[in-house]
Amino acid sequence: MTQLLWDGLFVGSFYALIALGYSMVYGIIKLLNFAHGDIYMLGAFIGFAALTSFGGIPASLSIGALIVVMMLSMLLTGGAGVLIERLAYRPLRGAPRLAVLITAVGVSFSLEYGVAAIAGPNPRAFPVRLEGDVFDVLGARISLPQIILMLIAAALMVLLNFYIQKTSTGRAMRSISLDRNASLLMGINVNAVITRTFFIGSALAGAAGVMAGAYYGKIDFLMGFIIGLKAFTAAVIGGIGNIKGAMLGGLVLGLVEAFGSEWFGGQWRDVFAFGVLILFLTLRPTGILGERVTERV
Amino acid sequence: MTAVLEVKDLQIGFGGVKAVDGLSFSVHEKEIIAVIGPNGAGKTSAFNCITGFYKPTAGSVTLKGQNITGKRPADIAAAGVTRTFQNLRLFPDLTVLDNVRAGMHLYGGQSWFDAILHTPRFRRSENRYSDEAHHWLDFVGYRGPRGVPIRNLSYGQQKQVEIARALARKADLLLLDEPAAGLNFSEKQVLLSLCRRIRELGTAIVLIEHDMGLVMELSERIVVMNFGREIADGTPAEVKANPAVIEAYLGKDDEEVPSHGDA
Amino acid sequence: MSTSVDKTRTRPRSNSAGAKLSRFMESPKIGWVAFAIALLMPFIIATPYALNVMTTAAIFVLLASGLNIVVGYCGLLDLGYIAFMAVGAYTAGIVAKSFQLPLLFTIPAVIVMTILAGLIIGAPTLRLRSDYLAIVTLGFGEITRITANNLSITGGPSGIFGIPGLLEIGGIDLQEPAIFYYVTVVVVALFVLAAARLGKSRLGRAWRFVREDEDAAEAMGIHTYKVKLMAYIFGAIWGGFGGILFAAHLTAVSPQSFVFLQSALVLMAVVLGGMGNMRGVVIGALVISLLPELLRDLSDYRYLAFGILLVVVMVFRPQGFWPARGFEPERPAPNEAATESEPAPPKEAIR
Repeated sequence: MTQLLWDGLFVGSFYALIALGYSMVYGIIKLLNFAHGDIYMLGAFIGFAALTSFGGIPASLSIGALIVVMMLSMLLTGGAGVLIERLAYRPLRGAPRLAVLITAVGVSFSLEYGVAAIAGPNPRAFPVRLEGDVFDVLGARISLPQIILMLIAAALMVLLNFYIQKTSTGRAMRSISLDRNASLLMGINVNAVITRTFFIGSALAGAAGVMAGAYYGKIDFLMGFIIGLKAFTAAVIGGIGNIKGAMLGGLVLGLVEAFGSEWFGGQWRDVFAFGVLILFLTLRPTGILGERVTERV
Repeated sequence: MTAVLEVKDLQIGFGGVKAVDGLSFSVHEKEIIAVIGPNGAGKTSAFNCITGFYKPTAGSVTLKGQNITGKRPADIAAAGVTRTFQNLRLFPDLTVLDNVRAGMHLYGGQSWFDAILHTPRFRRSENRYSDEAHHWLDFVGYRGPRGVPIRNLSYGQQKQVEIARALARKADLLLLDEPAAGLNFSEKQVLLSLCRRIRELGTAIVLIEHDMGLVMELSERIVVMNFGREIADGTPAEVKANPAVIEAYLGKDDEEVPSHGDA
Repeated sequence: MSTSVDKTRTRPRSNSAGAKLSRFMESPKIGWVAFAIALLMPFIIATPYALNVMTTAAIFVLLASGLNIVVGYCGLLDLGYIAFMAVGAYTAGIVAKSFQLPLLFTIPAVIVMTILAGLIIGAPTLRLRSDYLAIVTLGFGEITRITANNLSITGGPSGIFGIPGLLEIGGIDLQEPAIFYYVTVVVVALFVLAAARLGKSRLGRAWRFVREDEDAAEAMGIHTYKVKLMAYIFGAIWGGFGGILFAAHLTAVSPQSFVFLQSALVLMAVVLGGMGNMRGVVIGALVISLLPELLRDLSDYRYLAFGILLVVVMVFRPQGFWPARGFEPERPAPNEAATESEPAPPKEAIR
């Protein structure tokens, strides 16, 4: 029982990290960025490339090296996110929703098969694996790397929350998500804020990618597909566009999956997650923390 | 004479703000009724409640004795209400004719099976759709091209097409939301006579309009709204003389205490 | 006043080669020409490999025409369309194998199952906003594949093999590659025609109204939910028939055939060809399915190229390479005089 709780929370913190980017972008430009999961994949591959180029890394330094590489990867995936927004999404602002969604699918496809063309279609072993002692807490087996990764994830989320709540850019983000045109009239540089949003969201996904690579030890070019879907699910559960909701949604989804696969069998894990998504979308599309809004004609 | 439309104590709120707060009026056959009031008075919200786009929080809407309160817009349209929108809601990429055909959707006359097999029934029904689409465009006095996507047309032409589409529905009640907005003087005269010809078809009209000249000349009765409330309901002459209406439009004298203020 | 001017503008009559070509492309003959070419192809090249490729391409055309109903006509982004083909293929395979029936006799079962699948996926999701719909269909596509992968009735990861052929009559086995190709081409042509005709009917117009503006469509009495569900169900049936042909062609079905990549490829065919225009979609499907065969050396980059192409098309030419025309004849000649008269009262009662 405690083991399930712990596993759920651990996986959930990954989901939360990626869900944040999904939710932020959606909150600001109402775009479902299908490519977001692939940014996570890109992050993992950038980490892979960086670590491989360092050569052998002694196990004692692996945590330090990993954090450095994670920073680098965040920078690059953030840049990739900004580039994608510039080239693919910005020209379509104001275009029909269908066109934008299809573009997002195209971007996702390009990222996946771009990486496949460069790094090869077969799974790669991540050069650094986090290993460490396993503790026994209330009957749950908890490993040191798990604790480290969760701490990193939590630190990133706290940082993000501070940024959004306390800085002027954060305020601008919140105001754009409420009313883009009004924000424009109030002198907010909407494009700059959107660029920053993409940077932050993509950087978080990139961090999650490196962490996942180090934890699971294996990466491949399609690894972002399912997790992207799940991050979206997490964002919806929490209330899409809502930052705290995305974090909460990630944890809830992690728990639901952990218990679901315990009861129904691991092979149904993904089915279970999507089932929850469909349930939420039909019964409470605004999520746990979202507010009900009447759409005006 | 039974009422075509009977609105009783209609209410709708958005998060604490009552957009419509107790609106009652009725429309009889071949009547033209105007709903007027300052901006934000709740006129369009009332239209949206009547046509089902908003679910009223209280009150009732009855069409020819049939309760249509809170039904879906499509069902209300099927019951016999048709409308135009404040900011044109046409189908921009479709042709003028197709836009008018939208109003004829409820005529039926063919199934998907007929369409796949191109049965005679299908051809007959398609011919009828085209003929009547042309007819309604003629009826509203539309003179532009008809086979081109509607986004290529001028604003005035689009407004005509929207009315033609609403008329093609052949409903008992037509709701026009600011039909004269953006029209010049002569276009307004055309609209005036068009509304009278629509009445002759046996369709009652309720219109929201800011052009007082048009409203006074056209309507049998005027419903005045302010802050979601109905403050008057009467003939143009009665409404003109009503102190509450004058107050709503011009403000109360003693309210503006600092006379040197922002008048 | 401006009628005559606009008429000439909408119907250019220049005689340049480009204008001639585009007039030819819009003429009703083009369907027959394409059909004739498809029938003649085996006389040009009839190696087993070529027949295999051409049959696959034809099935792909069927899928694209079905997805065009959903995405092109109705504007509903379905990212899990291949699931309907999976339902069709598995239903056909399971029924045919367990009762030792020719595949042809599984058609009723396939229709029932695909309609059911369309309802199960569509009923809860079609009330949602369009972008939610996209991701839910993506999820459903995955659920279908994972389910097929995990159930024993579907043969698990290895799937079903040894599926009986379509039919054997009087010593003619429809499974023989050349004959099967012809069967496929005829079936696909009929479905493409049917989809195109649906698009030009009352229902097809309703789909477009919903695509363009749901509120306005509702105000005209169009039950948007029902209309969307109809699009979904038709799309599902088209996919199901694609599944039957697929199962017959390969005599085997396995979950790996129904990954997201396949859904995405069908979507690309529709988008690149021109959403809503059946002719463009057929061309798009042929390009997407045949181009990789012609450019074998570049196989590592083809999906990357498709992805980039999709973005480029959406940014620079969102209507696709061969979009729906958007014009129709100004006015039928005999009606020219009928103007100020009253409209004929509707003969049928309004439903």
